[in-house]
Amino acid sequence: MTYCDAVVIGAGPAGLSAAIRLSELGVDALVLDEKPAAGGQLFKQIHKFFGSERHMAGTRGFEIGRLFLERCRELGVSIRLNALVWGVYPDKTVGAMQNDKPLMAKAKQIIFATGAAENALSFPGWTLPGVMGAGAAQTLVNYHRVRPGRRALVVGAGNVGLIVSYQLLQAGIEVVALVEAMKNVGGYMVHAAKIRRMGVSIFPRHTVLLAEGSDCVERCVIAEIDDTFKPIEGTEKSFNVDLVCLAVGLSPAVELCAALRLEMMYVPELGGRIPVHGESLMTSMEGIYVAGDVSGVEEASSAIEEGKLAAISAAAALGKISEKQASRMADEVRESLAQLRQGPFGDLIAAKKRQIFGKYQKPCPITVSNT
Amino acid sequence: MDSMRIVEHPILGPLPKTQEVTIYVDGESLQAREGETVAAALVATGRKCFRTTEKLGEPRGIFCAIGKCTDCVMTVDGMPNVRTCVTPVRDGMQIRTQEGLGEWAIQ
Repeated sequence: MTYCDAVVIGAGPAGLSAAIRLSELGVDALVLDEKPAAGGQLFKQIHKFFGSERHMAGTRGFEIGRLFLERCRELGVSIRLNALVWGVYPDKTVGAMQNDKPLMAKAKQIIFATGAAENALSFPGWTLPGVMGAGAAQTLVNYHRVRPGRRALVVGAGNVGLIVSYQLLQAGIEVVALVEAMKNVGGYMVHAAKIRRMGVSIFPRHTVLLAEGSDCVERCVIAEIDDTFKPIEGTEKSFNVDLVCLAVGLSPAVELCAALRLEMMYVPELGGRIPVHGESLMTSMEGIYVAGDVSGVEEASSAIEEGKLAAISAAAALGKISEKQASRMADEVRESLAQLRQGPFGDLIAAKKRQIFGKYQKPCPITVSNT
Repeated sequence: MDSMRIVEHPILGPLPKTQEVTIYVDGESLQAREGETVAAALVATGRKCFRTTEKLGEPRGIFCAIGKCTDCVMTVDGMPNVRTCVTPVRDGMQIRTQEGLGEWAIQ
């Protein structure tokens, strides 16, 4: 059994940011991640981030990843890789398998920064090899430097769909169509304009009817939809593609939270089922926090801020900083989060977050007997 | 062979040089880049189908590429249901296309 002040589960933007802040505040933290490399999904994000200077706007995702890892090294943050967490107990024991060997850690505070997983979209042929998450294709081209296909059709014109379309083009993959069910492109217009200039046709008010092929996808048929999202007969268009990328949202990776029986609530605008949490990011269990996409799907920049916030809360609970110091630091991070949660989407996220905070009741400390 | 490798990239630059390792896929040898995942090594050759399903024998490949969905599992060194998208290659590794739930070749 390893004993430490805090365990952070997940070494993505939220987890690394939390670990850095914990370490800066004198907390002995252990980070666990199931992957062979830290950084979560930062290293596949080769675009420059939005926001202001304090959110590292203008810096590419993988560069932020490198900065984080460098800072972790400077601070001597302990990151255990290949460590798959299989369960967390209410007495704050964390069970993991590291390189096929058991690893048990007992912490005083735990931060869940487990991220999110891509959603699927079901249509005939969606299980064919070559139909994959847009983030999957992004991982393959930007991180692994391999092309999952030569001609692609992308579904979903939110920021993920737009950015991935552009990055497929950068990787030398032809993008023949970008399909979107809504009337308008959901993501930033600057991204949409960029891929239009590069010759990608965007089909608003369209959906995928089916994908076909023998051992992998060879064709994809789309059609226009009416106001009730039903396909309109006679509007079918067929594309010969060997790659179909689905950019239809993400769901928080709440498996560990749910297994721990944290109180959950369903918030579709934030990706689905998420653990109820307060402004301090504490969940329904004392000393257990959520940060990043697991607390509601947003962008990496907000995940980074939430990581800091959870770390501040945990450091205060451990007595490493005074309540007053904690509240001053937390206010600064909340101000930064408020800046990120602006605009039509940001306003909606901010409103939903307030709704969750409103439902939150501070938990009673749990006493667990050792017998 | 490695027709799907991205050798030059406008942002990431040229593909860094690495050591090569030899892996075996259904008995055939394949050169892979040290440290990359089994899935990446297979995608580099243009491969799409990684396994077939238990009941209908339908083909399956990569869906999430980050170890969440288990669609890309194969039999690796005698162990079935290994997530190839998060498993690094190792010199001499034996990889087999998995049929259904696969069979254990090791105890």
